[in-house]
Amino acid sequence: MAAQTRKAAIVGGNRIPFARSNSAYARASNQDMLTATLDGLVARFGLQGQRVGEVVAGAVLKHSRDFNLTRESVLGSRLSAATPAYDVQQACGTGLEAAILVANKIALGQIESGIAGGVDTTSDAPLAVNEDLRRVLISLNNATTLQQRLKALSGIRPNQLAPEIPRNAEPRTGLAMGDHAAITAKEWEIGREEQDELTVRSHRNLAAAYDRGFFDDLVTPFLGLSRDQNLRPDSTVEKLATLKPVFGKGEGATMTAANSTPLTDGASTVLLGSDEWAAEHGLPVLAHLVDAQTAAVDYVHGGEGLLMAPAYAMPVMLARNGLSLQDFDFYEVHEAFASTVLSTLKAWEDPAFCKERLGLDAALGSIDRAKLNVNGSSLAAGHPFAATGGRIVASLAKMLHEAGPGKRGLISICAAGGQGVVAVLES
Amino acid sequence: MSDWYRDFANSGVGTTITKQLGLPRPAVLRRYEPGQPLLPGPAVIGSAGKGRLRDELTALLRGAGVTVQSPVTADGATDGEKPAAVLLDATGLTSPADLASAHDFLAPAVKRLRPSGRVLVLADPPGEATSPAQAAARQALDGLVRSIAKELRGGSTANLVHVPAGAEGSLASPVRFFLSGRSAYVDGQVVGVSAADLPAGEDVEAPLAGKVAVVTGAARGIGAAIARVLARDGAHVVAVDIPASGQALAEVANDIGGTALQLDITATDAPARLIEHLRERHGGVDVVVHNAGITRDKLLVNMDAARWNSVMAVNLQAQLDLTQALLDAEGVLEPNARVVCVSSQSGIAGNRGQTNYAASKAGVIGMVRAWAPAFAERRATINAVAPGFIVTEMTAKMPLGTREVGSRINSLQQGGLPVDVAETIAWLAQPGSGGVNGQVVRVCGQSMLGA
Repeated sequence: MAAQTRKAAIVGGNRIPFARSNSAYARASNQDMLTATLDGLVARFGLQGQRVGEVVAGAVLKHSRDFNLTRESVLGSRLSAATPAYDVQQACGTGLEAAILVANKIALGQIESGIAGGVDTTSDAPLAVNEDLRRVLISLNNATTLQQRLKALSGIRPNQLAPEIPRNAEPRTGLAMGDHAAITAKEWEIGREEQDELTVRSHRNLAAAYDRGFFDDLVTPFLGLSRDQNLRPDSTVEKLATLKPVFGKGEGATMTAANSTPLTDGASTVLLGSDEWAAEHGLPVLAHLVDAQTAAVDYVHGGEGLLMAPAYAMPVMLARNGLSLQDFDFYEVHEAFASTVLSTLKAWEDPAFCKERLGLDAALGSIDRAKLNVNGSSLAAGHPFAATGGRIVASLAKMLHEAGPGKRGLISICAAGGQGVVAVLES
Repeated sequence: MSDWYRDFANSGVGTTITKQLGLPRPAVLRRYEPGQPLLPGPAVIGSAGKGRLRDELTALLRGAGVTVQSPVTADGATDGEKPAAVLLDATGLTSPADLASAHDFLAPAVKRLRPSGRVLVLADPPGEATSPAQAAARQALDGLVRSIAKELRGGSTANLVHVPAGAEGSLASPVRFFLSGRSAYVDGQVVGVSAADLPAGEDVEAPLAGKVAVVTGAARGIGAAIARVLARDGAHVVAVDIPASGQALAEVANDIGGTALQLDITATDAPARLIEHLRERHGGVDVVVHNAGITRDKLLVNMDAARWNSVMAVNLQAQLDLTQALLDAEGVLEPNARVVCVSSQSGIAGNRGQTNYAASKAGVIGMVRAWAPAFAERRATINAVAPGFIVTEMTAKMPLGTREVGSRINSLQQGGLPVDVAETIAWLAQPGSGGVNGQVVRVCGQSMLGA
């Protein structure tokens, strides 16, 4: 093992435009999308036939046949077939976690280069057979005599024809993620207008970024789509104010289809390497992955919000690196819901929360909102669960590179199961 | 996109029918493939007057593995195998009277020429003649060669190369091109060479090995063919196209081991971004092919400003801006750089409904000619290639009648392929083509339009 660790370089990225569920990518599988995204990355960086150290990616909604999704995608791509790969899954944290895993192996000198990625489709979602029917079919498969087979078949009932459909709900609470977010929004008294304002800013920032060519070397079109399908450049607070809430109940409900991310299909990849590897291949170093931290909260019995874990991960990482929350040039806080971003920021500003929940002496404080999600985020781009981390890492690395050396960026991503992943990048 | 009529005319029953009805009989052209010999048979070299190139041509051909025969006599006596190429050294012309010897040599030799044969005449440029009589004789070759090109059948071509005194060292690359299958659809053309410092010992199979080439509009059609041929010849290709064409662009780049660069070349920061990319990723660029082009057809009286402006921006202004920026950027354009600009037959002949397109493509020719001296000073070259009727996805959408007429009104009686344009560009991009500068080479099968 290497005597010293080194910081992994982010060389660049590629993603396909994100599509609204059951739309442009309705017939594309996770493997189709991940393969196409890898091929776009290969074309951008001239990696045809090359073996990179490892490809790490995953999907949240996954067919059982896709047990080796990433490796199968690599085999279908233009990378060398001798490129190892493995799957990871940490809900919406998957993409960022994959980048951390690749970066850590590079830091340890175990690999010189690697690709992190993620993909998700809510259109080509896996349907499973009814749980009762599944048991019957397993018994039938295990039966050896005619008598046993007939007995197994006698267990079949018409109501077993209804399939198991994956739901965007927490298994332990039965609540949709949006309903959880609505509880948190209420606790933190997040208003409708500020959520809509954040949403409009996300759309405008993303549209402006496309218009100035920011995504020219980050996105490769796929199946006729060259921009994120959810993007509404002409979105206004007035228009959003007319929408009815979809999460939360009664008078105080503030969360609409616009200030919550829609179901989306898409994939993203990030190319990482050691500085030496990048130099040898004539490739740029946009930024380095400095550090990362995960956290989890007890949202079932512990009284904490489902999506509040990044608030807990942040101070741990900041302390380890001797940084304050204000020491950053860009903040990328994943917009699962506008209210999630606002609740998290408010929690960091709240002395009581920071003291009681995070165990800090003082509040982490507020951030300069002008540095937040400056090229748009998930509310505008959409959020194919596992693909969001790769989108953010590649975009932030490019922003830092454009801003010049020594600039710092912060990533915060909340995930199902009460988890959160945060990371620091530096140019 | 197969040429059904050509295939029919070359089938058993098709041959009989087309012969009896006197219909055009387009040939299957000899096209270049790696490893192919320069010529499929021997060459015969003759002179008109006391020329200065014959020994050099003989050595050049022998060096390329070609058997060189002595001239066929006027009485039709044979000299072994039928020739695959007939070369005439006409650098000795002093007056029109000398042209008789050109006729004496060419007539029996051309009669015996194989299918997909080559007639190549080398002469001094008329502009440098010492007397009106000499200028007349040299200019006469123009009419002679163009007429031979029209008389030849079976996929054979005739071309003329102007070699001024002192430029003999630049001859090898054009001679190899015009004899080889690379020039399959280049017919009835006049190309001038000039003296140039050329690198020694070029790899004929991979003339672009180690070179970095930029091709704009590379996602499909002619641009994709250019990228493929440059890569086949050894170049690392930076394939450029608009972001919306990114998926096809990535496929092209991945097929040829190149890289994809999504860039709108009309954006104000496009030159800066291209230069930064070339500097950062490749340290510089050797070959630039300005291929990206669009059409927005309308009759002049119906054409709005948007149609006019967008065509001018992509087809002409972007070529000017990118080239100027590359010239200005310190250390990006390599000293022996090759810039090739795609013009069009429309820019030479004009075309109904294409005032904007034809103007832009004619503008490209003006640009190339004006820049040539400055490029020569840096030992670089800039040339234009003007495709004629090239069979692409775009022509496949034309009505059958228009398409058939369009593709047949040339001496080879067929449309060209994107690879024919690409081969010509790849030839101009070769290090050995340093003596070809400021030229406009038509890839049109000697089209009747604008001839």
